Amino acid sequence: MPTEPLFRPISAGAEPFIDVEFDGRRLAVPGQRSVAAALLVAGVSRFRSTPVSGAPRAPYCMMGVCFECLLEIDGVANTQACLVTIQPGMKIRSQEGARRAV
Amino acid sequence: MQCDAVDVAVVGAGPAGLAAAAAAAELGLSVALLDEQAHPGGQIYRDVTQAGVDRLQVLGDDYAAGRALVERFSQSTARHVGGAAVWNISRDRVIHYLKDGRSRSMTAGHVILCTGAMERPFPIPGWTLPGVMTAGAAQILLKSAGVAPSQPVVLAGCGPLLYLLAWQYLRAGVRIGAIVDTTRRGDCLRALPHLGGALAGWRDLRKGLGLIRSIRDAGIPHHRAATDLAVEGGEQATALRFRVGATSHRVQSDLILLHQGVVPNNQITASLRLAHRWDDQQLCWVPAADAWGRLELDGLLIAGDGRGIVGGSAAALQGQLAALAAAHDAGRLSEPERDRRAEPLRSALRRQLHIRPFLDVLYRPKIQHRVPADDVIACRCEEVTAGELRRSVALGCQGPSQGKAFTRCGMGPCQGRLCGLTATEVIAHERGVSPAEVGHYRVRPPIKPITLEELAAL
Repeated sequence: MPTEPLFRPISAGAEPFIDVEFDGRRLAVPGQRSVAAALLVAGVSRFRSTPVSGAPRAPYCMMGVCFECLLEIDGVANTQACLVTIQPGMKIRSQEGARRAV
Repeated sequence: MQCDAVDVAVVGAGPAGLAAAAAAAELGLSVALLDEQAHPGGQIYRDVTQAGVDRLQVLGDDYAAGRALVERFSQSTARHVGGAAVWNISRDRVIHYLKDGRSRSMTAGHVILCTGAMERPFPIPGWTLPGVMTAGAAQILLKSAGVAPSQPVVLAGCGPLLYLLAWQYLRAGVRIGAIVDTTRRGDCLRALPHLGGALAGWRDLRKGLGLIRSIRDAGIPHHRAATDLAVEGGEQATALRFRVGATSHRVQSDLILLHQGVVPNNQITASLRLAHRWDDQQLCWVPAADAWGRLELDGLLIAGDGRGIVGGSAAALQGQLAALAAAHDAGRLSEPERDRRAEPLRSALRRQLHIRPFLDVLYRPKIQHRVPADDVIACRCEEVTAGELRRSVALGCQGPSQGKAFTRCGMGPCQGRLCGLTATEVIAHERGVSPAEVGHYRVRPPIKPITLEELAAL
């Protein structure tokens, strides 16, 4: 759940905030950024827990290499949040533990 | 199946790719530039055409200079294919990529790989905790999202990017809690013999010294010769522990940015099973290429940091050289003309590379932060520790590919990108042989995740 954000915009009042759904709750995030960047600014500092031990994880490389920012975005699991632009109304879920086989 | 055909396909829109694509197009070749990001620039010039005045001001002139490269590319006939994730390149130069939820194909007479660099892994205790990121990641957040740390941040490790980011943060008014520098006096002494080369590249040297001076003038706590770095925290990073000599230190912060240099991102060249050699100066794998960047397979070339770390300006020169070679090999440029055009590029490239041996020695990452203790996670995806890798060696494991079967190291979603060098070096040290002897992971396509639906639609 959102806490004190680790990152903030360097210039005040830049882009407008947009509403997305994060883990079933409405969350206001800055637009025109990657999903990963937008969530970090909105105070989401934990994106998922690992399939192996359930350890918490968050974005590490921000360039599509590390796969730590994996989220379920609009129903698609294991999406690299640093490579997708945030859109109003996006339904985003953190990924807890291993994926369930449907 | 929809299939495009071009004379030259360039993969990666950083300085090497932009320069290669523009140069090839200017020589009359049909060119497509495929890139995973929406906008050209790569990581060094990430979103340089999108950045507003305040962002350009913070990031500095060297970043803004990327606009000229993008401009030259945009004015050429080369086609930009943004948001394209290349998931396979075949040995006969068919490129498969994902774009807008569909897989597409392209065949190319020549493919110039400009896949650039990624951060070297920094395996220390606690490096998987939320709140630990690479310095490069934080800089990407600054370039592409205009955001910076909201609380005093800790920068740890070594290398020019660490100082550059600190300098940019100072310009943005960001508070820096500490810089924890692993560089020691001994590194400076070892780098001294290379100072002559560095002085020949005096512009870079002066820039670097300027960055370090502004950090000193800002009064930021700067701990040098730090060893035994470890991140503390349970659900989230809370502090960085380290030692200087016999003294233990602890700096509190929820955000720890790590950096110990960058290494070639060679997922594509490895998936093509091309020859790579271990570069002991840069401590990484580099694909075998000639002076033009031609790889061992006909029609495949490489330019920029992907063929060994050279930096952005040198990468752009290599990109142009590769374009000349491709044009000549395609019968569109005579040999004398190719060589005539290459000459000024080669002398500029030599000037750009003067400082590299100095930097490689001065900022050589420490062995304790490359070959970590038993309890440290080497493979973040599968949570395999260095100790598990060592135990697999005791059971007869000879190299990283075999290590997958023993431990699952390298079998997670990142496909060994982030643990590859650690696995190679840990196994090499445990066996008492060179990294060249243990080799690297066998990389197989798809090198980006692709759904069955996308695959079935091919």
